[in-house]
Amino acid sequence: MAVLARARSARSQRPWPETWVAAAFVAPAALVILLIVVVPLGRALWMSLFDIQLTRPGVEPFVGLGNYIDQLTSGEFWGSTGRALWFTGVSTALELALGLGLALLMDQPLRMRWLLRSIVILPWALPTIVNALMWRWIDNAEYGALNAVLTQTGVLHRYQPWLSDSDLAMWMVIGADVWKITPLVAILLLAGLQTIDREVVEVARVDGAGPLALFRHIILPLLTPVILIVLVLRTMEAFKVFDIIWIMTHGGPANSTQTIAIYAYQTAYQGFDFGRGAALGYLIALVIMVLAAVYLRLLGRTGRT
Amino acid sequence: MRHTQGRTSAVRSVAALMAGLVVVLAACGGPGSSSSSGTSGGTVTLNTIFMKQAAYSEDDVKAMTDAFMAENPNIKVNLEFVAYEALHDKIVTDQAGGAGQYDTVLVDTPWPAEFADAKIIQDITDKIPADFKSGVFDTAWTSAGYKGKYWGVPWINDTKFFFYNKKMLADAGITSVPKTWDEVITAAKAIKQKGTVEFPLVWSWTQAEAVICDWAELAGSMGGADFVDDSGNATFNTGGGLAALEFMKKSIDDGLTNPASLGFIEDDVNKTVGAGQAAMALNWTYGLSVLNDPAKSTVAGQIAVAAAPGTADTATAGVNGGMSIALTTSTKHPDEALKFALWMASQKMQEKYDANTLPEWKASFEDPAVTKAAPELFAAAKEQFAALVTRPVVPYYTKLSSALQVAIQEALKGTKTPKEALDEVAAKLPDLQK
Repeated sequence: MAVLARARSARSQRPWPETWVAAAFVAPAALVILLIVVVPLGRALWMSLFDIQLTRPGVEPFVGLGNYIDQLTSGEFWGSTGRALWFTGVSTALELALGLGLALLMDQPLRMRWLLRSIVILPWALPTIVNALMWRWIDNAEYGALNAVLTQTGVLHRYQPWLSDSDLAMWMVIGADVWKITPLVAILLLAGLQTIDREVVEVARVDGAGPLALFRHIILPLLTPVILIVLVLRTMEAFKVFDIIWIMTHGGPANSTQTIAIYAYQTAYQGFDFGRGAALGYLIALVIMVLAAVYLRLLGRTGRT
Repeated sequence: MRHTQGRTSAVRSVAALMAGLVVVLAACGGPGSSSSSGTSGGTVTLNTIFMKQAAYSEDDVKAMTDAFMAENPNIKVNLEFVAYEALHDKIVTDQAGGAGQYDTVLVDTPWPAEFADAKIIQDITDKIPADFKSGVFDTAWTSAGYKGKYWGVPWINDTKFFFYNKKMLADAGITSVPKTWDEVITAAKAIKQKGTVEFPLVWSWTQAEAVICDWAELAGSMGGADFVDDSGNATFNTGGGLAALEFMKKSIDDGLTNPASLGFIEDDVNKTVGAGQAAMALNWTYGLSVLNDPAKSTVAGQIAVAAAPGTADTATAGVNGGMSIALTTSTKHPDEALKFALWMASQKMQEKYDANTLPEWKASFEDPAVTKAAPELFAAAKEQFAALVTRPVVPYYTKLSSALQVAIQEALKGTKTPKEALDEVAAKLPDLQK
């Protein structure tokens, strides 16, 4: 009797529960992410706990947190972190300011607005490597367009070695990055602008608010969530910057453009020190996680509009 | 309730499956990639890597390889060219751990120490024919030697010669080739005075190995370029190294050296001289053919070459820029790879393609048929090859070089004095040697 009851209840179950189907569809993607992200992450974490020098294969003593402590007490680590933060801060600030201006402009009912919007996106469409090479040529000390323009308009008297001067190189790299990323910021902010209810703006205008007051009290507060999102994205990307600097200056001159990612690369592949390189990678990830946590708290507090 | 239980158990099962897979994969993790050089029906394929700039041009290397493949129909050679600055890192990332796709790699003078210790290249002392050992310049063998063994076949024997614009020097009243660095400064001042060019001197002082080559060559004639003594103590912050760095700084301060040199590699130096923007420069052998090629240079025909200037005590010094072709430890065809390396370095091939690089065979220098192609160059080479200074062949060379590059740049920029900058690296040396 009990056997029959169990058989009946088994047959009355649906052949494939929905959750199983869902799991099956997700499984391939999950597997790929696991293989490409989680497994290497795990191995890197494991490597960072050992002293691995390629010039001494087979001898890999366990050092626990030794690599991390080494880096956190080394001047070069803090130097390159500082430079990465400087790059992040300056380029993000410039991108936001210029992007906001561009977005406000693109929001206006201009005649050739469609053309403006199309042209603006072009710098962002360039691959980073192409952008870096292009700016390396523009900033070239002997044939660069930048030098030509500045001397021919009388701003400078002689050609400047933009990328060979340790005081100027970081600014040139920031310039190249800002030129490329501002369109992205502008487009994101434009999208944010377009969600602002026109009625609110109209009412404010009728009440006598000038353009500056309109911007400060209506537009900016309503744009804050989008600005925060842009800040989060850009900060995390800019802190990890590698390719644009590597192509333009290789971290030089005199390490003036050496950011933390470049330092990590040099430690691992030129210094042959894989243990410390892995530790540096995790330290970078740690800093970014802290930044992301800070931002997410801020976002949570402003609430979703 | 049953629905929730079903979902939880489904998630749990998928998670368990994933965990299982991760464990399996992590366990067999490691450099499991097999070398891609294959054998198919008797044909052996070799993967090789060379560098793009300086020395033999890509076309020359391709021609030499085609000739090799014609002589050995069962061997196919795949060539890969990368910029010198990328060569070291590319070899390391490919061959780390003993597995990789290359059968032969091009190795610069200071690298045999690191690569041998990291088991990237193999010892071929016993496999090299005797006539090779005796016929090639001794200084060329330095580029392949470490711990008393040979780790590659010397292929490029090069040093930095002194190139000068005959016309610019003559216009400024300089009638004889500068033989000492003091004479170079005098000539530069005269040319600057005349207004021919703003910066008569240009160098490759970017933050890369290029600046170490220049610095070592200068140090060689200004007191010696033995950077590290036998006990591992730094000697580069006294004597020749310090004098050379002070000379470099002074030439910038006096307005004789183009300040953009801090961002230049050797190709940029050629471009500057070739555009008539500089009067004198150091460069590798290939500079001569580039600068006198009307298609690439506006001053073709005006450029002459001489042995690098020296000082009152040392007539000349040259940095050993030799490179050798080494066999990797991961190669599946060591015999064919060695055959290829010996072919590329053979006297026949080297004499045929000597437009950009001088042969490394002693006999070539005695053969008028060969030397008549560029008698000045061969004469200068004969002098300089006898006075080559070698960058230290130690396993920590890359770390030392990186630290020195930054220090030299800081000194040249003026952020630190030359003594301060070099002393800092000397203090760091024990750390770098670990």
